[in-house]
Amino acid sequence: MVEVTLWGSLAAAAEGNSKVEIEAKDIRELFKRLNERFPGLEPLMERGIAVAIDGTIYRDTWSKELPTGAEIYLLPRLAGG
Amino acid sequence: MNFDPSHSKRSFSSVGTRPIRPDGVDKVTGRARYGADFNMPGQLVGRILRSPHAHAIIRKIDTTKAAQLPGVKAVLTAADLPDLTNGDAAMYDILDNCMARKKALYDGHAVAAVAAIDARTAKQALKLIEVEYELLPHVTDVDQAFAPDAPLINDTIFTTGVDPKPDRPSNVSMRSQFGHGDVDAGMARADFVVERTFKTEQTHQGYIEPHACVASVSSDGTADLWVCTQGHFVYRQHCAQLLGMDVSKLRVTSSEIGGGFGGKTHVWAEPVALALSRKAGRPVKLVMTRDEVFRASGPTSATSIDVKIGALKDGTIIAADATLRYSCGPYAGAWAEVGAMTAFACYKLENVRTVGYEVLVNRPKTAAYRAPSAPMAAFAVESAIDELAKKVGMDPVDFRIRNAAQEGTNASYGPIYGPIGIGPTLEAVKDHPHMKAPLGKNQGRGMACGFWFNFGGQTCTDLNIGMDGTVSLAVGTVDVGGSRASLSLVAAEELGIDYSQVRAVIADTSSLGYNDMTDGSRGTFSSSMATISAARNAIKILRERAAQMWDIPVEDVTWENGHAVAKGETHGNLPKLSLKEIAAASGTTGGPIAGHSEIVADGAGVSFATHICDIEVDPETGATKVLRYTVVQDAGKAVHPTYVEGQYQGGAAQGIGWALNEEYIYGKDGRLQNAGFLDYRIPVCSDLPMIDTQILEIPNPNHPYGVRGVGETSIVPPLAAVANAVSNAVGVRMLHIPMSPPRILAALDA
Repeated sequence: MVEVTLWGSLAAAAEGNSKVEIEAKDIRELFKRLNERFPGLEPLMERGIAVAIDGTIYRDTWSKELPTGAEIYLLPRLAGG
Repeated sequence: MNFDPSHSKRSFSSVGTRPIRPDGVDKVTGRARYGADFNMPGQLVGRILRSPHAHAIIRKIDTTKAAQLPGVKAVLTAADLPDLTNGDAAMYDILDNCMARKKALYDGHAVAAVAAIDARTAKQALKLIEVEYELLPHVTDVDQAFAPDAPLINDTIFTTGVDPKPDRPSNVSMRSQFGHGDVDAGMARADFVVERTFKTEQTHQGYIEPHACVASVSSDGTADLWVCTQGHFVYRQHCAQLLGMDVSKLRVTSSEIGGGFGGKTHVWAEPVALALSRKAGRPVKLVMTRDEVFRASGPTSATSIDVKIGALKDGTIIAADATLRYSCGPYAGAWAEVGAMTAFACYKLENVRTVGYEVLVNRPKTAAYRAPSAPMAAFAVESAIDELAKKVGMDPVDFRIRNAAQEGTNASYGPIYGPIGIGPTLEAVKDHPHMKAPLGKNQGRGMACGFWFNFGGQTCTDLNIGMDGTVSLAVGTVDVGGSRASLSLVAAEELGIDYSQVRAVIADTSSLGYNDMTDGSRGTFSSSMATISAARNAIKILRERAAQMWDIPVEDVTWENGHAVAKGETHGNLPKLSLKEIAAASGTTGGPIAGHSEIVADGAGVSFATHICDIEVDPETGATKVLRYTVVQDAGKAVHPTYVEGQYQGGAAQGIGWALNEEYIYGKDGRLQNAGFLDYRIPVCSDLPMIDTQILEIPNPNHPYGVRGVGETSIVPPLAAVANAVSNAVGVRMLHIPMSPPRILAALDA
């Protein structure tokens, strides 16, 4: 079980939950479980989400494990110039 | 691939040195081939017809006369580009932006195209295309477009991110929010509050080389595209999807690039060139004019930002609040969202809230521009911070040091920071001689901080060792700022050979696995990780080959300083084998020696900078002159310090132009009035002093050498640093960028 913090807009789409506890071993499973639990997240998930694990941002490594007790924060997937 | 702490103490052999860039001679002698330098036998000239209206329904396009003109080989409208985007809204917007489908949404929007035997015929053909428009009300200003009674640009846009969901469409495509704590309660505790509204005007990346490509579609369905781009793999994906092609049948080769800065991360004319070639059955060369570049490609957002910051008497910021409205062009975007994330990222804040609104306007589709969206947010926040420091009675540097984010700080956009460099850049600025230099009459000094995320992403690299022991490095991230030099240094470092023995090239899309584009300051960060991995894989093979040559177990072979060394009591006396010797024997020890790497280079380290600017203002004319400018930025590890400094200087120069002169000027008719470098003034060398730089190295824990991205952060602080300098020089807070002479005079008269 990991505790995940959602950014403001994502929290609104997750029925107002800014923190959720999810049973997930990696980022792939986290996304799957979040989608199942909060269908309203789908448009935001499709637009792209990044995951910050203990401050390091992961955009594409969906196999990245979610350590127990880690600080996990969801962010919009961003692009640069 | 985590940072090896021993690297911070080790002495690098190649990394950190300053050799001449491998592409330098070709560039200064004119031999380098840019987008428009490529030609094919039998190629046609492509030209695009663009809307003269800001907002209009396209009732009818009659191409009959143009198609009948001798020399015209293909005429194209949206009807030739069927919607193959399969419900992908973002791709549909790209398709519509490349060729208007139902409405012209801005002055310069493409509505038709031709391919002809020469430029004259193509130009003549454009004049023969008859377009029947029904004009609609337009809106080009971000605040006017935000208003509830504004002309509606897209009736399918309903604001997302608000509750309840709106029942009417509007020009606001999305609301986003970030932050933590209780801002209202925090603000109520504040002893000092600054509340201001700031505006920034739309700017262009200002790359010197216009968009250019040659497209050649064969009758067998395969195609080639030679193009000036920051990401040829992404261009391949987008073009193939829009044209219904298999990705593997389209080979894209990137040319040298005369500047991109985010503007060449998006397709504009390339799908049109390919469609024209497919229709004409001949190669088509399409080069945008400067007028087209301004009217139809690349501008950043115009913004309107409300900022309110409160502080306690002891100088602690107790609450920070910002509402950011960013223009997106006529399509949905996520630009204010990034501004909202970056706005307060430099600070340790107990209570912070940022709200972003994406606003549609009848201007070109907003494109990324170097740390996209961050400079405008930093302008607003850093201006307010400067003012607040004065109210509190603290030096602006000390005030920022007191409130700077540090390792363990909960970032305003969410996560907790690892090791970061905002504090060290501020301390370096505090001690910098620039801060102590005297100022004269009508002169002012300003400083400001900036933040950018930096990204990694998908990366593929091949390292091939030739029979003579020299090394070819094939990378897939386009070299926009000297990365071929830096990646060659990394390969040389890992292999233990001289830099001169490595040649890096940018491989085409058929020669290498997928690579994300060179954006997000990822070129050297991600490709160096892949290069290190590829080199280590090659070393593994080199050790195996040496073991074969010696007939000893591979476990007894190590790699040291470019040589295989035998270890152990029984064969420790064997003479070491050089890379050259092992390569020469490769034909009889197993064939070619190479190392490959396919990675997702996540873990880019965030980056911070602090800038100092001295400026002189002529109170009679409002003219400004930058007298001195200093950049201090954390690079993690500077692989090639000269090019790191170049990135710092380039970002600062662009930011100074943005702050003082550059802006899109639209008339009441919604048409762009200054689509050229004579009327859109970017700074040239004679406008600027030598920009001093100071590189700090706080290692990124997620890179083996500690590298962070360096390309973008340097454009974040200048708008605010210059604004603070001008404000200090004239004694009036400047709220509107650019601070052109008329705007400075108006501020003085207010």
